[in-house]
Amino acid sequence: MQEIKYSQLRAMLAITRASLRSITRSPSAVVFTLAFPLIFIIVFGFIGGGVFSVDVAVKKDCDKNNPVYQALLNVPVIRLDTSLSESEMKSSLEKGRIDATLSVKINSESTMPQYLVYLETTNASRERGNILKSVLNNIFYNINTVIAKVPSIAELKEKEVSIREYKTIDFILPGQLGFSLLSSGVFGTAFVFLSLRQTLVIKRFFATPIQRPYIVLGEALSRLIFALTGALIIILIGHYAFHFTLIHGVITVINMLVLSTLGLIVFMGFGFAVSGIARNESAVPPIANIITLPQFLLSGTFFSISAFPSWLQPICNILPLTYLNDAMRKVAFEGAGLLSVGHQIGIVSLWGVAVYVLAVKVFKWE
Amino acid sequence: MNQSNAIIQVRNLVKHYSQIHAVNGISFDVYEGEIFGLLGPNGAGKTTTLEIIETLREKTSGQVTVEGLSVDKDANAIKKFIGVQLQSAGYYPSLTLLELLRLFSGLYNVKIDPKEMLGLVGLEDRGKAKYKELSGGQKQRFSICTTLINQPKIVFLDEPTTGLDPQARRNLWDLIRQIRDKGTTVVITTHYMDEAENLCDRVAIVEKGRIIALDTPDKLIDDLVSKGFERKKEVKQANLEDVFLSLTGHEWRDE
Repeated sequence: MQEIKYSQLRAMLAITRASLRSITRSPSAVVFTLAFPLIFIIVFGFIGGGVFSVDVAVKKDCDKNNPVYQALLNVPVIRLDTSLSESEMKSSLEKGRIDATLSVKINSESTMPQYLVYLETTNASRERGNILKSVLNNIFYNINTVIAKVPSIAELKEKEVSIREYKTIDFILPGQLGFSLLSSGVFGTAFVFLSLRQTLVIKRFFATPIQRPYIVLGEALSRLIFALTGALIIILIGHYAFHFTLIHGVITVINMLVLSTLGLIVFMGFGFAVSGIARNESAVPPIANIITLPQFLLSGTFFSISAFPSWLQPICNILPLTYLNDAMRKVAFEGAGLLSVGHQIGIVSLWGVAVYVLAVKVFKWE
Repeated sequence: MNQSNAIIQVRNLVKHYSQIHAVNGISFDVYEGEIFGLLGPNGAGKTTTLEIIETLREKTSGQVTVEGLSVDKDANAIKKFIGVQLQSAGYYPSLTLLELLRLFSGLYNVKIDPKEMLGLVGLEDRGKAKYKELSGGQKQRFSICTTLINQPKIVFLDEPTTGLDPQARRNLWDLIRQIRDKGTTVVITTHYMDEAENLCDRVAIVEKGRIIALDTPDKLIDDLVSKGFERKKEVKQANLEDVFLSLTGHEWRDE
């Protein structure tokens, strides 16, 4: 028999290494942690260009050689479409595909005004109709002052202050990161421990000198390494491909990874609890979904919480993912330090304590 | 076999599961270097007894010592020098055999050559195969392989041949004898009497949580014969299994 002292740490790392291999070979783990969030990021990244526009169909009888029409061509917000027939226009207007129809005509009955602009808008897109009207009024005013030399009583002096642009990706990416950590933490942990128990892998470990806590730690460490690698990949792809804002560069990334670690530890607690409650593998998804779905929808993953009705907001405001997402966005976009998101960290940690109390109670070894 | 050196001592072992009395006061010794068989029908308490000695299960009462160490106080010390094959142990299904052996070398804190280990159980060609891709016999051999990693003094095998074909069983017997011949004590459970007769130096027959007989297979048979027992049919020089094996050969049949 060897006289070298037995190292629990060495045994634990052996489990970590084996478990990490096992995770990376499991398609569902890779899909939930990386593929899903990346698909959402890519979809929203491309939509995210999010150019605001007013779609206007131009009628066939519209006169195009007039200063009003020419000026409209140069307004980027207004997208003119000359391809639609009269009947298409009517149905497109009804279906909301276009916001207005337009026709500029030479005034044949009187010399003033020289042109008449016929506009058809809908009550459904009143806001865009109003924008179109004010754009037109602005054009009339300009033409009046320049061409007709009508004296102006006031002139607008504009100055645009350049601030950091809050892009769609700056909202979407932290939410997707949170979602990735949530699903990896809850589903991954629950499935792994349930299957270790059911396939008796864990029982075989019990027959070796490793102590039980180190088995859990070894497995948890591999989950942590896997999910954090995923988080880093998501952040880097977001930054380089979609210009996700990382204010302080590497420091911001490190802060985000610290937050990810905290979030993941809490979410793994949910996973431990689920693995204890579920009797078999098919019982895992329903129970895990009860935990993940509400947070997925209500924690500001896709929409800002302020968009929800007020009766829903108290629910939004107790979920741990809400605070993780919030902290993540503050750190990434506003450049907040970890101390200034202490409130969020505190609430997530409280969840952690509560969840682990439950997990210890329901966790099963065999 | 060293009669004077009992490597495992079990005294008045009792195990109750709420209502069920799985083990009802069992006592026996296992001597160093022997193959000791626990025989009995399913549910007789063989596996429970084995798992208590392996320190995997708490006992209700009684004393169990392994190499002089108590299973109550020195479970971790005992685990370092025993090898345990569970009735249906699992391994990470997507890992290769070499990766799994490295995992277990870490768990036992020993340095091994995984390929050499696989050679011991005739799986040297399957190192890159995943555990889930193995046949039943290969799985059992691999399972035994993991019990040998820490060069144990005692190996516990719980129904290692259940569900195997005759070739795989015979080859597993050879493997178990080789382990014994290297000086390792082997404790095995089975409900196949031919297996016990072929393999075990001594056997204990367990029924309803008690030992009802304990001796060498030869002695037990002689005792029965001396009581005037006779087989109903004249035994032929060979049986159907001999026919089967002579027709299909003795080689490993893995797939």
